[in-house]
Amino acid sequence: MTMSDNPIPIENKSLNAGIPKSQIDLITQTCLLAGKIILQNGGETYRVEDTMVRIAAAYGIESSHSFVTPTGLIFAIDGASHVTRLYRISERNNNLMKVSMVNDISRRISGGSLPVEEAFRLLEDIDRTPNAYRNVYKVLAASIASGCFLIMFQGSWLDFLPVALIGGFGFLFFLIIHHFVPIKFFAEFLTAIMIGAAASLVVHFGLGVDLDKIIIGSVMPLVPGLHITNAVRDLMAGHLVSGLSKGAEAFLTAFAIGAGIATVLTFN
Amino acid sequence: MYFVAQILTSFIASAAFGFVFNVPLRLLPHCGAVGMAGWIVYIIGIELNLDAIPATLIAAFLVTVLSQWFSKLNKTPIILFSVSGIIPLVPGGLAYDAMRHVVEDQYDTAVQLAVKAFMISGAIAIGLVFSEVINQIIRRSER
Repeated sequence: MTMSDNPIPIENKSLNAGIPKSQIDLITQTCLLAGKIILQNGGETYRVEDTMVRIAAAYGIESSHSFVTPTGLIFAIDGASHVTRLYRISERNNNLMKVSMVNDISRRISGGSLPVEEAFRLLEDIDRTPNAYRNVYKVLAASIASGCFLIMFQGSWLDFLPVALIGGFGFLFFLIIHHFVPIKFFAEFLTAIMIGAAASLVVHFGLGVDLDKIIIGSVMPLVPGLHITNAVRDLMAGHLVSGLSKGAEAFLTAFAIGAGIATVLTFN
Repeated sequence: MYFVAQILTSFIASAAFGFVFNVPLRLLPHCGAVGMAGWIVYIIGIELNLDAIPATLIAAFLVTVLSQWFSKLNKTPIILFSVSGIIPLVPGGLAYDAMRHVVEDQYDTAVQLAVKAFMISGAIAIGLVFSEVINQIIRRSER
């Protein structure tokens, strides 16, 4: 789509020769930082590569290459003072606001209205500030979403409150557990067990009606929607490595939720 | 009444999901609208006795078309809208049923349900891809 049009890198010493080395270093850092922020916050792989190459091109770098996987990115500039940098990504989360902000900056850079020093400073700002809604509100949103999903899945209004409570509590539990246990799979598994147990209790004490619907509704905030969408889009854009690994991540999450719920149902 | 409840809840659920993913506040109504449109198309398909798989396919297609439109309008990445639009279509209920039958040792039913859930996920993927491809063809022919 975008990358395939790149020329094959040949040692061409005259390429980018007019740009001083310090400037090239700064441009490389800017590209890497922009790519890193998008990748870490749930952007698609092709957007990361596209953004990095575009920024480089806007600053007059004629031939640059990027290779991005969910766990790291490589960026290289050809020519007289060629640079290759690698950045390892170990932690990823879902913050589409940052993706959108970096996108805005990349647009301004392409428009030619942003000098590289300024762009780097802005990107550092984005990277440093959380730029996220507070977790309290997120838990609230997750709980409302759970309740609404129950109605969408033909549940009865009687179960609305229990589902909203369990869904919100489950999401809060996930945030807390994930804070202490960095392994996402495990945190999701434990959360699913908690949700299943809470739902069984609620039905046992007659506060809820339909156990199946309650569990399905409460589990929805954990469903790996972002990863599924990203995996498909990456695969179609030809990023086979990223597509498959994001698909694997989505599958692991789905499996963790399923296994957790199954554990509870076994004892039910 | 049934449809009103579905429309309202799907809008709120998709917007709330956008919030969880930190979509900027001014774009949350768009997220809600995308999710709502996809879900309405899906339930109309089901009401017309369409199978869940083609209904999901059409809904996912619509979700992507709308997301593309919104992303062009607001100059934002498409992922902001398509994520919350796709969520209601994910076959969580079916996957749950399949898991439940596995636990109850009814493997034959479980496999059937799991394959169906898998097919619906495939339909979502194809719906996403299909409109993407059409979009690219249109863009290329405009050039």
